[in-house]
Parts: sequence; structure tokens; C-alpha cells
Amino acid sequence: MRGRLDGKSGKNYWRSLDELSDTQEFKEWMADEFPNRSSLLQMNRRDLLKFMGASMALAGLTGCRGVFLPQEKVVPYVKAPEELVPGKPLYYASAVTLAGYATGVLVEQREGRPIFIQGNPDHPASLGALDSISQAELLNFYDPDRANNVLVFSNPGTYTQGDVTTWEQFLQAAEKALAAEAAAGGSGIRILTGSITSPTLVEQINRFLTKYPKSVWHAYEPSGRANVYEGAKLAFGKPLETTYDFTNAKVVVSLDGDFLSPTANPASLKYAKEFADGRRVSGQSGTMNRLYSFESTPGLVGAMADHRWAVKPSEIFDVAMALASALGVAGASPTGKVDEKAIGAIAKDLQSVPGGALVVTGDDYTPEVHALVQAINAKLGAFGKTVFHTQPVDATVNAGASDLKTLVDDLKGGKVQALFIVGGNPVYNAPADLKFAEALTKAKFKARIGLYDDETAQACDYLIPTTHTLEEWGDAAAFDGTLSIIQPLIAPLFQGKSLIEIFSALAGKPLSGYDAVRATWKTQQIIKGDFEKQWRNVVHDGLLRGSALPKVVPTVTLNASTLTAPKKPTGLEVIFAKDPSIHDGRFSNNGWLQELPKPMSKLTWDNVAMMSPKTAASLGLEDNSTVELTVNGQAVQTAAFIQPGHPSDAVTVYLGYGRTRGGIVCAISNGEGKPGGDDRTPGGFFNPTSNHDGGGFNAYLLRSSANPHFAAGEIKKLGGLTTIASTQGHSPIDGDHIKQFEGDSRVVVVEYDLEDFNKNAAKYVEERKKESEEIRKNNLYPDEIYVYKGPQWAMTIDLNTCIGCNACVTACQAENNIPVVGKVQVERHREMHWLRIDRYYSGDSENPQVAWQPVACVHCEKAPCEPVCPVAATVHSHEGLNQMVYNRCVGTRYCSNNCPYKVRRFNYLNYTDNQRQFDIRVDEKTRIPLLRMLNNPDVTVRGRGIMEKCTFCIQRINEGRIEAKKAGREIRDGDIVTACQAACPTQTIVFGNKEDKDSQVSKWREDPRAYLLLESLQTRPRTSHLAKLRNPNKELASTKATETNS
Amino acid sequence: MALTPLNDRMITGEQSYATIDQSISSMIIDQKRHNRPWWIMFAIGIMGTGLLGMAITWLVYQGVGVWGNNVPTAWAFDIVNFVWWIGIGHAGTLISAILLLLRQPWRNSINRFAEAMTIFAVMCAGMFPLLHTGRPWVAIYWLFPYPNIMALWPQFRSPLMWDVFAVSTYFTVSLLFWYLGLIPDFATLRDQSKNKVAKVILAIACLGWRGSNQHWHRYEQAYLILAGLSTPLVLSVHSIVSFDFASSIVPGWNVTVFPPYFVAGAVFAGFAMVLTFAIPLRKLYKLEHLITMRHIDWMAKITLATGLIVAYGYTLEMFYAWYSGNPNEWDMTLLRRLNGPYSWAYYSLLICNIVAPQAFWVPKFRQNLWVVMIVCQFVSVGMWLERFVIIPMSLTANYLPSANRMYYPTFWDFAMFAGTIGFFLTLMSLFIRFMPVINIFEVKDLLYKMLGHHDAQIAETPVEMPEPALGRSL
Repeated sequence: MRGRLDGKSGKNYWRSLDELSDTQEFKEWMADEFPNRSSLLQMNRRDLLKFMGASMALAGLTGCRGVFLPQEKVVPYVKAPEELVPGKPLYYASAVTLAGYATGVLVEQREGRPIFIQGNPDHPASLGALDSISQAELLNFYDPDRANNVLVFSNPGTYTQGDVTTWEQFLQAAEKALAAEAAAGGSGIRILTGSITSPTLVEQINRFLTKYPKSVWHAYEPSGRANVYEGAKLAFGKPLETTYDFTNAKVVVSLDGDFLSPTANPASLKYAKEFADGRRVSGQSGTMNRLYSFESTPGLVGAMADHRWAVKPSEIFDVAMALASALGVAGASPTGKVDEKAIGAIAKDLQSVPGGALVVTGDDYTPEVHALVQAINAKLGAFGKTVFHTQPVDATVNAGASDLKTLVDDLKGGKVQALFIVGGNPVYNAPADLKFAEALTKAKFKARIGLYDDETAQACDYLIPTTHTLEEWGDAAAFDGTLSIIQPLIAPLFQGKSLIEIFSALAGKPLSGYDAVRATWKTQQIIKGDFEKQWRNVVHDGLLRGSALPKVVPTVTLNASTLTAPKKPTGLEVIFAKDPSIHDGRFSNNGWLQELPKPMSKLTWDNVAMMSPKTAASLGLEDNSTVELTVNGQAVQTAAFIQPGHPSDAVTVYLGYGRTRGGIVCAISNGEGKPGGDDRTPGGFFNPTSNHDGGGFNAYLLRSSANPHFAAGEIKKLGGLTTIASTQGHSPIDGDHIKQFEGDSRVVVVEYDLEDFNKNAAKYVEERKKESEEIRKNNLYPDEIYVYKGPQWAMTIDLNTCIGCNACVTACQAENNIPVVGKVQVERHREMHWLRIDRYYSGDSENPQVAWQPVACVHCEKAPCEPVCPVAATVHSHEGLNQMVYNRCVGTRYCSNNCPYKVRRFNYLNYTDNQRQFDIRVDEKTRIPLLRMLNNPDVTVRGRGIMEKCTFCIQRINEGRIEAKKAGREIRDGDIVTACQAACPTQTIVFGNKEDKDSQVSKWREDPRAYLLLESLQTRPRTSHLAKLRNPNKELASTKATETNS
Repeated sequence: MALTPLNDRMITGEQSYATIDQSISSMIIDQKRHNRPWWIMFAIGIMGTGLLGMAITWLVYQGVGVWGNNVPTAWAFDIVNFVWWIGIGHAGTLISAILLLLRQPWRNSINRFAEAMTIFAVMCAGMFPLLHTGRPWVAIYWLFPYPNIMALWPQFRSPLMWDVFAVSTYFTVSLLFWYLGLIPDFATLRDQSKNKVAKVILAIACLGWRGSNQHWHRYEQAYLILAGLSTPLVLSVHSIVSFDFASSIVPGWNVTVFPPYFVAGAVFAGFAMVLTFAIPLRKLYKLEHLITMRHIDWMAKITLATGLIVAYGYTLEMFYAWYSGNPNEWDMTLLRRLNGPYSWAYYSLLICNIVAPQAFWVPKFRQNLWVVMIVCQFVSVGMWLERFVIIPMSLTANYLPSANRMYYPTFWDFAMFAGTIGFFLTLMSLFIRFMPVINIFEVKDLLYKMLGHHDAQIAETPVEMPEPALGRSL
């Protein structure tokens, strides 16, 4: 139709509508119920983008194939406008999975491009919020390093690029390999998967397994939840999923169970919300739950805890046992040396809140600890109140899939002829003692089905690229079993196929993802009643309501005396933990996550050997000292990192680094300058943007199948320093303890003891008011400068509920087109995050208390940055925003110098275009500037030499304003939600109009705990913070939260 | 005319107008006088200039990120070098303008090359504020209030804006002043030159100077007016540069004593630099009769005096940090400087700027050229460190302790600095070779007054000659 309009002038354009109405196309168009959407679906995607004027982005699309949107119906979410209006986003409900578990999301799509992922408020695992990793899936989707062709490796196991082949050729080869085994019932066939919750995929795998009845399904997650189920087996005699409800939890004890970290728990967003709700205080008094934390590696839970003890993982069993025995769990008797007084007080506290007590532990702990915790919770009467059980959600548990060790044994025994490795990356992350890579060579036919051309792909015969969650049909279950449909937002960018499609083809009956999902949901009666109608509802809502698994109340059959304590390693204890940013390594090619400061250490791009100040002192180590860490005779080289609050005589290493293949962001060179997978050109002054030396070391090399959580190791100082990039220092040089020197009276983080606050809130308010008045009175300058008109934007951040999870940081990065700068630039302190979460320690350095403080531009009413700009590139709006005019900025950086909050970020180099994934010059193969498509069209992409900072999401403000204007009303509270606010699982950030006295933000600004950061400077920030409250147990008050255990 | 042996300290030896002409103008007319030392200086300068070209090219190609600047330390070597170079120039203006107005005849032998240093130093300085911006290609004109259809004007409240005016005015006035003073000398050279080409060039450069009474009258008037214009500039330029810091809210910057303290520091550094050039110059080109030990003695005294003012400034900084009651000021100005990660810089600065110049109390040391040279080097380094201590160091510690970061320079930071030194040396070498390094006619004028050939009017109010302070004749 548009073709007919081509070449006609504007006037003809309008007149020719009549003419057009005669055509067949136009009649069809008229007849269609949803004409525009329909025509969108039929439209060539390239044309679509052209039509939208995204010609820049289009340039990169020439390399993309499969440019048709799927023919299936895609149903937009409620917010969708009637028609696709250029510049208007469409929202689609879908789900993203992490280690199999689904989180419901709404994906914002602009002109056919997904550009933002936010939480689905209806979904139980999201409740509207979304963690960093799920948000960063967007970057993974656009990752040009994703495997984009079927590759065949003629010499698996050695470094080769692989030859491009086709899906058909692979299928032929696979069918040949399978046919050879078919006679024996497929006894030589093996499948290796990660955790799976998708009913459709399970169905396809089952079809495959039925076709080859003797084939075996193995499952391996490098840091999975197997111990949870094993523990349940010990406690109840059957594997059960355990979920919590923090809504009614009054006293929570965490035995190193990080229920707040998305990497550690599939329901973390829900737990975080409920937990924070239990701590929310408004007005002059309130109640809060109390959290005791026994923690090894300092993490989010320890930071939120009212009492924290630093303990080694090997001691957690003793703590659990002591607690169990104090609570009178059958058969429990103390097994080790623990702080009796503390345990006694905790037990008393737990017993004082019937039905409100909750003990949690970490997935990594041995089944014995899980069993004990189940028994403790049962004893406390928590079952059915704060602790719930369901059948396992993970299909590999339900199906009784075999483990990795058996697979390796079979491989070594020559029993495996054809092996399909689905997802995961076992060559990289299998326990070192299994020697998986070596065993793998024994299999005759090895196919690797995955997103990346990584270490495992290189060791296989074939690499079959899979599609990303955003470009495939699928389904998945959340932590509680709630089912979601995964719908594609865009046609596959590369030659990928979804796992469902691949397995259906391998099982002999190829189906499209859409058909397969529908067939499963129909035949398994997942949807009851009118299928089409329900289907549309599910796709629209993003979840099947009421599909959570039924709760079971098991009885504990455990006698605690039968449990054996884990063997305590002698000497140094090396703790293996999932990385808080890049998980087990599966996100290591994701720049957003690599550069996301790890909550406590604020490290980026690297893993290190984390240890307590005491341990470091005893070993003569300081920050960045190069050390050699040896476990089981295997040595790695890394940097020492002093982490306050870390248990002594222990070292934590994060998994997921030291990749040798799998993309340009993650991989490190092989030391000879030659690519060990992908090249990482050395830095130097002629290559200021390269990420040299990033990527850390591979901690999996140290990890054995017997001791996956902690092991005995040795550490040796090598001399010299290793550079690591952290965004906030913690040593005295970069000092950030609140008090930096004697007599320091600066108020940065305000904290109160809850009991004291409840008593004296009025007094504190009075004091602060008096102080403010005095500061104001002493000011020589006129108080009002700007004439304000219209709504006055303001933000308030509640330090009491901030858990420091970084969700807001990634949301800001995705929303505002914030570039990734690379390790070298972070080392130079040029990270670009507009929003940072400051971490402040207080108290004893061996076990400090932690306070989080998110800081973005506070939009001062009297902004020091404004008068110093020589070209007036930063100015004030009548709505109280401090605005950056990028076009006008010449980059003198004076504004940044004069900003007391140091929230301005400067493009020292051309970060946006120099991102290595953007750089088409990195290697011979032409790279697609695919990442350009990721950008939010509402936000200017900043070039080199420009200052930038938080805008309070001005694009969202404007959108809200336009909508309100169209509706002929004032902007209402809640119309405008900033990206950070939307992502926050604990609703810590509130944004709105402070002139509207009923708005949430003006209420919070008037809260007794509200204070202005650096008020004495009279900058009058529009962002205020609410003081943090702590709720310590008075019985332990004498020791506060700074005691260390044993 | 009889040659009278002169014992006066501003011109020594047996001198006549001809010998003065000879000793200065022969540097231009007789190019053979420039031998190895000149070539060494020039070669170093050219190499430095090449390095500067490379550093600038790389900087403009890649961005300011090739330097070590970061957030919070958004200004570092760039502004340190800017302030340092601007300061170097100040001695020239002080000598040529203020001493002229104060009728200090001893300025006559040193003002020319001091002025040249001013101009070259301002050229070096001027590169930094422009090139340190993120987008120099727009910064080069957006900072000027040029009329445009968008009615966009610079922000007149910004001290950087004031800098633009201060520095550009300073450069323009200094250049005019310098050139005006050169006109009679160009005419002298034109008359003496045998080379046709040189003659033509010099004839053009001297704007047809014939030495008529009218010419001299106009010249004197113009020179006085420009001196009058330059005099406030000596005080204003560095005051305004110091406003960049003093008017901000950065702890360690926000100090009201900065303007006078910066001006004193500038003169301090400037005299050290003049001495650094004067001492080898008089030796190599046998100008000891014209730049005498008397000159060196006085310049050393001024260095000492301004050094003491600077020391007073340091004391006041500390005092204000305490008196303000602002914990951040106290932390930055005292604790961090004395005991922070960059305390080495502060202690070195104290040694260079306060301890080293005390040598000048002793007349013997003021006479020892080696001592003078060494102390001057200390002062130059010390004044650079002073700016380092003030600018990047203050930025490394912040109101929010979470934003505290260290600053480390890169190769390109040093390259740019070394490059400007090279550029400065190149210009100075060319100046020495192709322009009269000492004001010929003013020295002759001085000689005239000293020989007592002046007319009755002047004789009645003789130019006050200081008593010889030196024990022996040099």
C-alpha cells in the first residue's frame, strides 16, 4: 500500500485515499478488526524499521535473517495503545528465566524492537519489580557475540572458529547418530540439561526419551538447588520445594541464606518486598521485623541484619544445631563451639513470636543443614505460616534426572555415543575433578545446543544456536509453580531455534514453538475451559492465574542426632559462591552485569580472593596484592581483596570468571596474544578503551564435586599488585567509613535505633528542624532564586528498606542508554552509572554494620553546578529539575567539580561507540552494530566530551505530562514512575510532585525520618532520604551487632 | 665620545652606545654567535614541540580520556599546567608595566625577554583550558559572546567565562605592549643590518620608524597607556584564575585568600623563571655587562619577598580551614595535606616554596649563580606542586566520602606538559636568535642618564641610583 504512495506529493497523498479504497488491499485492511496490528505483522521488519525512521539502526540489520515476525497472534498488554503509533511503546507480557525459574515481565517494544524489560505486577515472582539480571537479558538478546549460525567443528577440543553449516545438515548428522543407537533402544544417547520448568520442553524431551527408551537425561546446574531437595528428602522423606512468606515474619534468622539476592533465590523479589514491608515505618513510630544473620561472604542479608555474625560455611551446621537444640528439636545437641548467649537470645526471640518466626538457609548448604532448618521451622510452627512446601518446580527433580557425575562415568566407560548438551557450559563449569572436557572426547557425536559459541561448543562436533527468551515461544514456571507463556517480541535475530523446536525435531516430529506450546497446554489440560479465550488471556496477562502448585504440609520425620556435621577443612577455608552480578558465569558476556558493582565490594569485571582484614594482616596481604590460591593442588592467580565482615581464615571466590571463549566481553586471552576463544587485545596508551586484564580467574578449576561449596586451600603471596576495578574504595586511602577522622560531624547516613526512635522521634524532628532553620538563617544570600511553576518534582529514598540489590542501577542503565565503559575505565573511576548505591560501613572492621545509600542527581534547588557552567549547558527548569543540555555542553567539567554529591558523569572517551561490542574493528569478521538497536529512542545517546547525569527520567515525566494533557487533567500521583522506582523490589524510591500535598513523595518528605543530604551546604536537594532504622535485640545490645562468632 | 669606565651596577664595563648596540644587535645580525648551546636548546624545544603535537593530536582524536582525569577529579594536570603557565607570565608584565610606572630603571635590561616569556607562557597556558574541554571544536567559540540567531549567550556568572576574558585580554595587551617596545629596536636593527632580506623585514616590522621627535613622543604616550592597561592585569588575571577555585564549594578551593595569594605566587614563579633564563643567557651571549649581578640580586630579593607572601597564604589556608568550622575544609586542607595519600606533594611544596627561597636572605647566596639557579628550579617545581596540591588533590576527597577517589596521571598528561615546555623553549630560542633580547634603546637611555649627558631638567631630578650593595665589582 505504501508502495503506491511512493513518489506522490503530499497533496496527492491525501486525495488518493479514495483511490486506494478501491484496491483489494485496502478492502482487506478495512475488513480487518485490528488493521494496523495486522499490517504490522505482515510487514517486512526492515520496512517496518525504515518506516519508523530508525535508519541508523537499520544499517546493522542487513546481517539479520528471519526478518518476518511470526505469524502467530501476539497480544499486547493492557497498556498497549489501540494502534501502533510511532514513538509509542507497546508492552508485551512475557517471562524471563534464570536457572529455569520464571519471572514475569513486561517487555517494552518500540517500533518492533524490545528496549526495556520491567516486572509484571501480576506475576508472583516479580510483583512489578525486576532484578538486574532479568533486566540485563535485554543486552544478552542484542549481544552480537551470540552464536548466530549452526557450526560444525572438525577438530573438537582445540581452538577453532568452526565452520558454518545449516540446521538441516546438523539434523541429518544427528539423525544418523541417533539411528545408529535406535536399535539398542538408544542406550548410548544422553541429554544434559540445566534446570527446566517448561512443561512444553519437558514434553518434547519426554517424546525424545520415549523414542529412545534407554537414553538417559542428566541435569547439572553448577550452583543449583539440589541440596534443597536432598534436605527435604532427609526431613520429610520426599523432595519438596520450600517457599517462604515474610509478610508475617517477625523474627527471621538467616543461616547464610541470602533470600534477597536474585542470584541466590528464585523468589528474591517477592521475599524482598515482603521483608521490606515488614520493616516499613512511617510517622513517628512503628514496628519492624528483626533479622539475625549468620553469614559467610558479606551479602545483602547480612547488610540488612539487625545482628550479624561472620561465620565460616563449615560452622553453619554447628550454628543450626545449636539453635535446634536451644529450641528443643528432637535429637539436636550442640556439635561445635558457638556463641551460646547469642543462640539463647535468638531462640528466645524466635519463640516469642508464634507463627512469626522463620529460619532460612542458603541453597549451597548441605542437605543436613536444610533438613535441620526444616526441623527448626517445624518446631517453631512456621509451616503454613511463614514456610510453605510444594512439589518441586524443577522438572529435572521430578523426572529424576541423573547427575553429571554419572554422565562422566558413562563417558569414561565408553557408554555414550551421542550426547546433546542443552544450555549450561559444563566444559567450563563442571567440577574440576570430573575432568569433563577429557571425558567428553570419548563420545562419538557431541552436539552443543546453546546461546553462545563457548568453551563447551568448542569441545563438541556441532553448535546449534538457540533463540533468546525474547525471540521464542515457550513457557516456564515461577518458584511457586505459576506458569507463564513466553512470547516472542521480535523474529529471531540469528539462525537460532528454541529448545522446544530443536527437541521436537530430534524426537522426529518438528513443531514450531508456538504450535508446541499450544499443543502442550491443550493436551495437558493446563488451560481448562475455552482454550482460545483462556490462551489469549494467559498470553495477555503473562501468567496463568491460579496455576501455583498446591501447598502441602509435610511432617518432619527427622531425628537430628542422625545428621553428621560436614567435615571442617583445616587451615584456610575457600568458599565458592555464585557471583552477585554474572551468576555462575552465564552472564559473563553481558557488559551491564560485568560493570554492575557487586553490592558489598563494589567490584566490577573481576573476581578476587576476598578475605577479612584480620586474615589479610596475618598473611601480610593488602588490597590488590597478587596471590596464588591453591585448592586440591590446582593453583590460580588473583588479587587479594580485603572485605570487612568476612569471616577470618576463609577466602571467598566468586564463580563465573576466567572464561576463555564465549564472546568478546567475557573472554580472556590465552596469554599469547592469540585468542583463546576471542581476543582481548592488550591495553596500552594507544588503546585506551580496551578491557584488558578483565575477566578474572576460573574458580571452577578449584571446585570439586565432593566439596562444591567450601574446601580447604592455601593462599600464597606472590608479590606485586593486580589491578582490580572497584567503584567505591574501602581502604583508608579512599576511605568511606562514615567517620573519616576525629571530630567528623558530617551527616551522610542517618541511623536510629528503632526503640529509641519510637520514643524520641518528635525530639529528633525538632532538633533537625532547628538545625535547618539555623543553617537557613545563617545564609547571606536570598533564599528563592527560581520562579517555580507547575508540578515540582521530587524523589525520596527510604534507606530503611533499601536492600542494596542494584536493580535500580541496571534499570537506569537500560532506560537511559548508559554505556558500558570497560574495566580500564572503571579503574580510572569513569564508570557512567547515573545512579549509584553507596555502601557505608560503621563499627568494627571485622564485622561492620552496613548502610546503603542510593545517590543519583539530587536536583538541588540551588544547584552548585549551574552557575559555574560557562555556556549555560546545565540549567534549572521551572519544575525544579536540574537539566543537562547535551547539545550545548562543551565539557569543561566544572559542574562535576562543584557538585558536592559527585553524581555527574563525563564521557571521557566515546564510550557509546567504543564499546567493544560496537567496535567493528576488533577482529576480521564484520560485526553488526546490533547494540545500537537497544537504545531507548526517547533518550539522547551522548557522545564524547559531554557531561551527563540523572534526569529524573525526564522522558517519562514528559510522557506522563502529555498523557495528562490529552486527558485534560492534572498529572496524578503515580502517573510518572522513574525507571529506578519501577525496578525496585522494596519500593524504596518514591517520585512525584511535592507541591501536591497528597502525593506519596510529599508525605515522605515530611516524614520524621526525612533528611536532606548535605543540608548544611544549602543546595536544597529535591531528593531526600529517610533515615535507616535498626531493630536490635536488647538482650544482645551490649554486644551490638559487631561480635564475631567463635 | 670618551669612554668612561662605569662602576654602576646596572650597566658594567666600559660601555658606549655603540658597544651596547653591538652586544645586543649582533645576536641578530651576526648569526654565528649562536652556536652549540643554542642548538641544544632549540633541539630540545623542537622535540618537545613534536611531542606536544602528538599529544594534542591523540587528545583530540581520542578524547580527554587519554589523560588520567576522572570523576571526582575532573580537573588535574590540565588546569595545574594552565595556572602554572599563566603564573610564569606574570613576572614579565610586572617588570614591564609596574616597574615602568614606578620608574625603576633596572627593568630596562630585563623587560624585553621577560615580556617575551609572558607571551609564550600565555600561549602555552591558553592551550590547556581549550584542549581540556570535552569538545574543543565548539568550546573555541561558544565561550565567546558572539551574536547568534539562537540568542544563546555564555553564562556570565561562571568564573570560566571570566577566565576567557581575563586571559584573552592579557594576551592581547601583552602582545601589543611587547611589539610596541620592539619598534625602535627594529629600526636600530634595520639600520645596522647588511642583509637585504632582513632589512626589508625589519623595515616592515618597525613600521617606518625614523626616530623623529614626533615618533618618540607618540611612542612614549602609547607605551605609558599600555603600561597603565597592563598594570591592573597583573593583579586581575591571576585573581580571576583563582576565582575558578575560590568561588566554588570544593573543600580546599573555597578560600577567600586565593586572589592575592595566587598573584603573589605568580610573581614568585615568574621571577624564578626569568632568573632561570637570564643567568644562562647573560653567560652564553656575554651580556654580563647589561644584566648585572645587581639585577640578579634584586630579582632574588623579589622572589624572596613574594615567597614569603605565598608562605603567608599557606598559613592562612590552614587558619581558614580551622576558622570556617567546616569539617570538610579541615579534613582537606589540613589532615589530608599533612597525612593523606598525596602528602608527599604537600611536603615537597613546603620545601620548594618556603624553605628553599630562604637562602636569598644571605647576600652571598644571592651572588652565587649556582645557588640562585637551584633555588629558582625549586620554586618552579614548588609552584607547580602548589597547583597540584590545590587542584586535583582537593577533588580527591569529597563531601560524600563514597565519592573519594585517587587520581593518577597518564603518559599523555606528562607528554602534554613536557610538550608545552618544549614549545616554550622553541619560541624562546627563536626569540633569542631573531629578536633583540634586551631593549636596546632603553639600555642606551639608561646609559645616557648614567653618563650624565642628560639635559638640565633631568639633571635636576636625577634618576635615583641605588648604592652598590656588593662588596666587589663583578
